[in-house]
Parts: sequence; structure tokens; C-alpha cells
Amino acid sequence: MEDELILDSAISQSGKKEKPFVQIRGLTKKFGAITAVDNINLDISQGELFCLLGGSGCGKSTLLRMLAGFEFPEAGTISIDGIDMSQVPAYERPTNMMFQSYALFPHMNVGENIAFGLQQDKIPKAEITDRVNDILKLVELEGYIKRRPQQLSGGQRQRVALARALVKKPKLLLLDEPLAALDKKLRKQTQFELANIQEQVGVTFIVVTHDQEEAMTLSSRMAVMDMGKFKQIGTPTEIYEFPESRFVADFIGSANIFEGKVISSKGGKLTVSTDVGEVFASNGRSITEGEKIWLGLRPEKIYLSKAKPKNIGPNQIKGIVEEIGYLGETSIYKIRLKNGQIIDVSAPNQSRPMSRVREITWEDMVYLNWEPESVMLLTS
Amino acid sequence: MNIGMKNDISMKVKNQNSIVDRFLRRLQENWRSIVIIIPFVWLLMFFLFPFFIVAKISLAEIKIASPPFTSMVEWADGGIMTIRIVFDNFLYIINDSLYINTYLNSVKIASTATVISLLLGYPIAYGIVRSGPIAKPILLFMVILPFWTSFLLRVYAWMGLLADQGTINSLLIALGFINEPIQMLYSEFAVYIGIVYTYLPFMILPLYANMEKLDSSLNEAAADLGSKPTNTFFKVTLPLTMPGVIAGSLLVFIPASGEYVIPDLLGGGNVQMIGRVLFNEFSRNTDWPVASAVAIAMLFLLVFPIIIFQHYQGKAAEGN
Amino acid sequence: MYGKRSKFLTVMLTIGMAFFYIPIILLVIYSFNYSKLVLVWGGWSTRWYKVLFESEEVWAAVNMSLKIALVNATFATILGMLAALSMVRFGKFRGRTLFGGMLVAPLVMPEVITGLSLLVMFITLKQFFGWPENRGFATITIAHITFSMAYVAVTIQARLTGMGQSLEEAAADLGAKPFKVLTAITMPRLTPALISGWLLAFTLSLDDLVIASFVSGPGANTLPILIFSRIRLGLRPDINALATIIILVVAVCIAIAALIMFRQQKRDMLDQQLAEGEK
Repeated sequence: MEDELILDSAISQSGKKEKPFVQIRGLTKKFGAITAVDNINLDISQGELFCLLGGSGCGKSTLLRMLAGFEFPEAGTISIDGIDMSQVPAYERPTNMMFQSYALFPHMNVGENIAFGLQQDKIPKAEITDRVNDILKLVELEGYIKRRPQQLSGGQRQRVALARALVKKPKLLLLDEPLAALDKKLRKQTQFELANIQEQVGVTFIVVTHDQEEAMTLSSRMAVMDMGKFKQIGTPTEIYEFPESRFVADFIGSANIFEGKVISSKGGKLTVSTDVGEVFASNGRSITEGEKIWLGLRPEKIYLSKAKPKNIGPNQIKGIVEEIGYLGETSIYKIRLKNGQIIDVSAPNQSRPMSRVREITWEDMVYLNWEPESVMLLTS
Repeated sequence: MNIGMKNDISMKVKNQNSIVDRFLRRLQENWRSIVIIIPFVWLLMFFLFPFFIVAKISLAEIKIASPPFTSMVEWADGGIMTIRIVFDNFLYIINDSLYINTYLNSVKIASTATVISLLLGYPIAYGIVRSGPIAKPILLFMVILPFWTSFLLRVYAWMGLLADQGTINSLLIALGFINEPIQMLYSEFAVYIGIVYTYLPFMILPLYANMEKLDSSLNEAAADLGSKPTNTFFKVTLPLTMPGVIAGSLLVFIPASGEYVIPDLLGGGNVQMIGRVLFNEFSRNTDWPVASAVAIAMLFLLVFPIIIFQHYQGKAAEGN
Repeated sequence: MYGKRSKFLTVMLTIGMAFFYIPIILLVIYSFNYSKLVLVWGGWSTRWYKVLFESEEVWAAVNMSLKIALVNATFATILGMLAALSMVRFGKFRGRTLFGGMLVAPLVMPEVITGLSLLVMFITLKQFFGWPENRGFATITIAHITFSMAYVAVTIQARLTGMGQSLEEAAADLGAKPFKVLTAITMPRLTPALISGWLLAFTLSLDDLVIASFVSGPGANTLPILIFSRIRLGLRPDINALATIIILVVAVCIAIAALIMFRQQKRDMLDQQLAEGEK
């Protein structure tokens, strides 16, 4: 059922029913008893920046390595630009990869590293020189051509690795945790640079990452992976605002989750009975009455007030402040409900507390309420 | 008197205690220097000092006496010290074509054997690195095991294989390839086999250590950039394993060029190598000054490869 | 780099292992030959083992070799450990370069030169101090300690460098003085390296022919000297039997040592991860 959904969304994206640029069908890879990639289907259109997001061991790297040609699948096919690639060795594929360790050749300088791939294609020397210089300009490393990888900073190495992979003008660029080796500040800056470069060269990017923030900033579309399967595929907004399962809701950002049963379902408006009372939800998905369901609520979608709200809306509960975590821009409140469940609520710190007593403090009785549109419906 | 003695004893015990105490305290404070000094002094006495004596003897004259060489420092009448240095021994070595030829022959045999070991050892080491997690330690163990078993006995094993009635000749005759046994034992060929067989683990182990450290993603990166496996080997793997190649080659070349047992057992009298000449010079001719001069000359022959080896070892240590 | 072995490499591995083991296997098989001529098969027999066990000369040589090997291994391990500690953990000190040089030189020095220079020194010592009166047990042991301590030092140095210093730093942070750190943390963690260093020194000593030949006097035969004097004249069935026994003993010892090292490596990785606080 999930698979059909994926296909539908791919078709709707490209607008017409032409064959997608990268097409993966029934792809399976086992290592001994472990199934690393389990019967996966995926379509990616040309020029996309697609992220594969998941924890370690979820199979995202194996999938990427199969695309590159370092691993061969037990079953299924990979086609790139309409040509079946599943059994083609890495050195004959129109893909290039940026490795997590960068894998820069330590015995060659920057220029030689970048030229290596072009030399394999027997490109004339003069053209190689031109293309190396052009790509160095793109990654802003002119003047570093004679340096050895060991003489470069982490950020510079990352850009050499990118240049080396891009200079061959691949149909598909594969990036394995491209920013994982950089420190946090540099990583944020590089995220935007990477997306910029992708836009400039127009090459299709597939990025593997375990960092949800990275995936959200970079990608035009992303897939959340777990145990060798896709949990959900969509744009970053779709994944964050409309997760379909508890796994995805919890993996991307954080979510308060209530278990419940659908009492009524009319035109996308649901009433769900839960431990904490009846909850109203409306986000367009229709679910049959009587079904078991989980409701997810993002901490930032919950309003918190000490005084009872005047217009008593449908979704309202009381609780006691257990803990407050001050994060600077926001604060996280842990609220204990009557049934003992703890709810995370985050609220922006719009005014400075100064020496004044906090507006809301420990052991306060507070009211929580939220819009029916904010409730996420999780079917698994 | 009795009491006095008792006092005396207790005094002594007390004294001893304080000496022991003081010693222990000193030990506690200076234990680092003691740790260094013990092996340092040992090496000075039993490693460096003997070389000075050899160097000295090589510059002395032969004398019918025990030990059979003249003293270099003599006290002449009136207490004037005269130092007699004789370079005759070195001149003798240089002028005698036997020594020169033996030197050249040792270098030739050792370097040829080194090349053969490299050609054999490289693919073996690479094969071990590329083996699965179960096969790898077993193969490694199989390479290390002969390295620990008696070198003498392993050379002896080849005597049985190479002899005229030996296993190889018998097999070849039985298969009809030859009618008469080929003389393999007591030939240069046998010496090559012996050296390669003995020192192959010394080639494989440093190569293996070097290859194992290589980031396998470098090979993948080369493939990804369109390089075929053979090209990847020559452009990426081989240049990056050069430290292992050099270390392994020197570990084979250095001991092989000074080898005594292998040319003696497998080469018989037919293969002259410098180590054997030195040994014989010493035990039969008792011409110690010449033998010492041969040793010093041999050391000069090996100084260069030894320095290269140390340099690379140092580099490898820094790399870690 | 697992599991991508080409056919060529597999063939080379097979050839290599055959090259290593066929001579040894044949040697063992011929030790059970009844015939006096090693290479002429006369049926299975343990006759030569009996001959071997009844030979007093062999027993005397075994006794001598084992005594030397035991003393050598013990002293070489102690000296090698002290030397390794000095080189790895004590930073800079005067004479460090000379010390380091002398420590590795025996590894690459041709045996004939080491043997010759030690012999010359013993003779000079005797000339001046009257010691050593006879060359034998003492001189061979001293010679063996000198070159095997270098091997031990290298083994322990490698381990000390590989161990990292985080556990030692933790102990120092908790108030242990340097000497205490050495005895309570460094030494116990060195145990496997000390064991393998000891074994290495032991086998090196048992194995050595050239140096022992130089520094031993008449009548003082170690096992290799005895074997060598016999096989110089050709193949001998009793030597095949002796070789079989030695190879078997060594193989068993090495297998045990390898297992100990393998286990320790695993435990070490855990230790290190705990100490460094990684996952």
C-alpha cells in the first residue's frame, strides 16, 4: 500500500507519465541473515535533491552503494536514465559518489585528485586542465591545486571531494553523509552551499544522512528509512507536518503521542476518544469509524496558559508543570496530565524574564489547547 | 656485654631499616632513571662495545697467539703510548678478488631473492587482506607459524625435497619428465629457494599490515571515477603500499645478504656468500683481523639499507 | 575489504600456503620412515623416535637449550619491557636517539656480525678480567638476551602505543602517582604483550644457531648446534623425528599464544571504548 502511494506521488510530481530518471524496483540486498534493503521501490526525477534519512543500520548506505555499483542486489532493478544498471560495475556507471571519509587519494594533490576521473575517460589534457580549473572555481578552491589532501582543512577536503565527483558531470551524484565530518557551524553554512551548487549544476543528487535537520534543509524530497524499508516519502514539509506513522513522527522532530479510537469521522473531521478525553482532529484524511489510531502533537503546536482560555475550544486539558528547560530562543515545558502522561510543550521566549518571576513556573497548574488542524493522524 | 650486644644488633637492624627505607625512597623518586639505565647499560656493554672491539681488531695485525691479533695500543719504553693502526686488512680484502666476488655474489643473490619474495608475497598479502572475516585470521596464522618454527629445520626440510633422490626429482622421474635426476641441492637455485622460503613471511607481514590500514573507500572512489581494477591497482593501491614494499624488501634483503646457514646447507661449497666466508674465515683460518675487516666491510654494505629501514619505521611510528 | 578476492589472489594464496607447508609435511612423514635412508621408503615406524630418546647427546643439548631459552626469555622480557617503557612513556631523555638505535639495530644486524663481535668481546674480557673462563651457558645466554630483548621491546612498544593513554590519564586524575599508574594500570594491561614477548624470546633462543656457534666453546652444544653438525653431512632420519617433535611443540604454543592475544584484543577494544566514552 505504501509502495503505491510512492508511485502516485512521483507521477504527480513530474506531471506526466514518462519514465522517471532513476527508477528502483523491488530492490533487495541481504548480508547473511540480515536483510539490509528489503524490496524497495523508488522513483526520482531529474534535477531532484533527494535525501535518504534514517538511523545507523537502516539500510540507507547499502542502498546508496548499490546505486554506485559497489554492492549488487539479490533481486530487483536499478535503472538510471532509462538504462538498467543493476549489474554494471561501478567504473562503468554514469554516477559519481562523494564518500563520507571523502576518500581523497593521499598520494595525489588536489589537481591530480580531481583530474583522476577525467583521465580514465581519456579526455584530452587541455580539456582536463580547463575542467579542473572550472570546478575549482565553483567550489572556491582556486590556488589550492598543488596542495595535498593532508594539508587541507576538513571543509576544504569536503569541497575537493565534491569537485572530484562533480567534474565528471555524472548523471547522478551520490553523497554519503557529506557533512558528517564537519563541525556544527561549518555544517550549517555548507548545507546551503551544497544546495546552491546543486542548483547551479543541475545534477540529480541523492544524499544519505542521519541528520534530520540536514535532510530538511537540503532536500526537495526525502525518504525516511527503517529496517531496510521506506517508512514515508515526501517533501520535508509533508514528512514533518503529515507523518503517517509513530516512527516518522518521532524520528523527525519530537511528538506527543496519544492512543485512541475513532468515534466519528465526517468529511475529514474526526472525533477520537483517548485516555485524556475526546480529541478533535481535522487534516483531510478520512479514517473509518471504530479504528484504532494514534494522535501526534508537536510541542510547538500546543498553546500554554496559566489562566483558563476564554473561548473554550474543543481540545483542552489541564496539567501541572513538572520541569522547565530553558533553551534560549524557546523553553520546553514538561507537563504532567491527570493520567500521569507527560506532555512536551515548547513556547518561544518572547520577553526577557529579567529579575521578574517567570510567568509560568514549577508546580503551576496550566491549561493546554491546540487546533484540530494540528493533530497528526498516525495509522501505525 | 650481653645487653650491649643486643643494643648493637638492634642498632644495626634499625640502621639497616633506614638504609632500606632510604633506598626504597630513592627508588621511588628515581625509578624512571633506573628503568632507563638498566637496558641502556646492557646494550652499551653487549651491543655497542663489541663493535668497537671488532673495529679495533680489523685494524690490527695477525699474530700467532691467543687471541690471534696484536694489541693496537702498546706501551713503548718510557711510557709513551704508540698506536699502531694497520689498514693492511682492508687493502687485503679489496685486492683479493675472492672477497670482492663474494660480496657481489651476496648482493646479487640477496636482491634477486628479494624480488622473487616480493612477487610472491605481494599477492599473498593482498589475498589475505581481501579474505573473509573467518579465513583472514587463519591465513595470517598460517603465515606466522613458519616464522616461529625453527629456521634450521625448515631449511633442512628442503634438503629432502631438493636432493638427487629427493621428492622433487623422484616425482619428475615418475611422471616421465626427466630420466636422470637434476642436481638441485648444492646449487644457487637451492639457495634462492631457501632464502625465499625462509624470509617470505618477513615480506608478507609488513605488506599485510600496510594494506590492512588502507581505506577501502579509496579503491571504491577510483572505481567510481571510472578506473578499472587493474588501473586502480597501479594508480592507487601500489603507490599507497610502497612503505610496506620497502619495509618487506629490506627485511628480506638485509638478513639474506648476511646469510650463513642457507648457503652452507643448500649451496654446499658451490655458492659463495659473504656470511659464510666470514664464518669460515673465523673458525678455520683464525685470521681474526681479516675476518673483522670483512665484518666491518659487510656492515658498510648494509648501513644504507638499514638506515632506510629505520627511516621508514620511524615514519610509520609517527603516522600512528 | 572483505570478501572480494579475485581468482588470481586465491590461486596465489593456495600456491603460497602449499609452498609453506608441503616441505614441513614431507619432513614429518619421512620421520616415520623405517629405512635408514631418509628418502627411501621402508614402511611406517617410530624407530627413529626411539633412537632419539635414547641419545644422551640429544638430551644434553635439549637440556642446555631449554635452560638458556628460559633464562634468556625471562631476562629479555624484563629488559625489553624496561626499554619499551623508556621509549614510549618517558618522553625525551638524554641519549634517547642512541638508545633507540641500539634497541632496533639487533633486529636488522646480520647474525654473523653480532656473533663475531660478541665472541671477540668475550675473549677480550677474558684477557683483561679472566672472565668468562669457559664459553658456554653464560656467554650464549648473554648473547641471546642482547638480541632477543630488541624483539621483545618492539612487541611491547607496539602494544604501549596501541593501548593509548586514556586509562593511565584516568588513573592519574583519580590521584595515582606515576609509579602506581605503572604498576596498577600499565603493567596489567601489558600482560599479553609480555607473554608474547616472552614466547618470542624463548623461541628465538631455541632457534638460534649462528650466534650460539660463535659464542659457545668446545663441548657446549645447544640443540641447533647439534642438529647443524649432523645435517651438514646430509639427511638423517633421527633429525626428521626431532624436527617433527619441535614443530609440533611450537605449533601448539603459538596457537595458544594467538588465542590469548585474540581474546585480549577484543577485551581491549571494549576497555578503550569505555575509557573514551564512545557509544
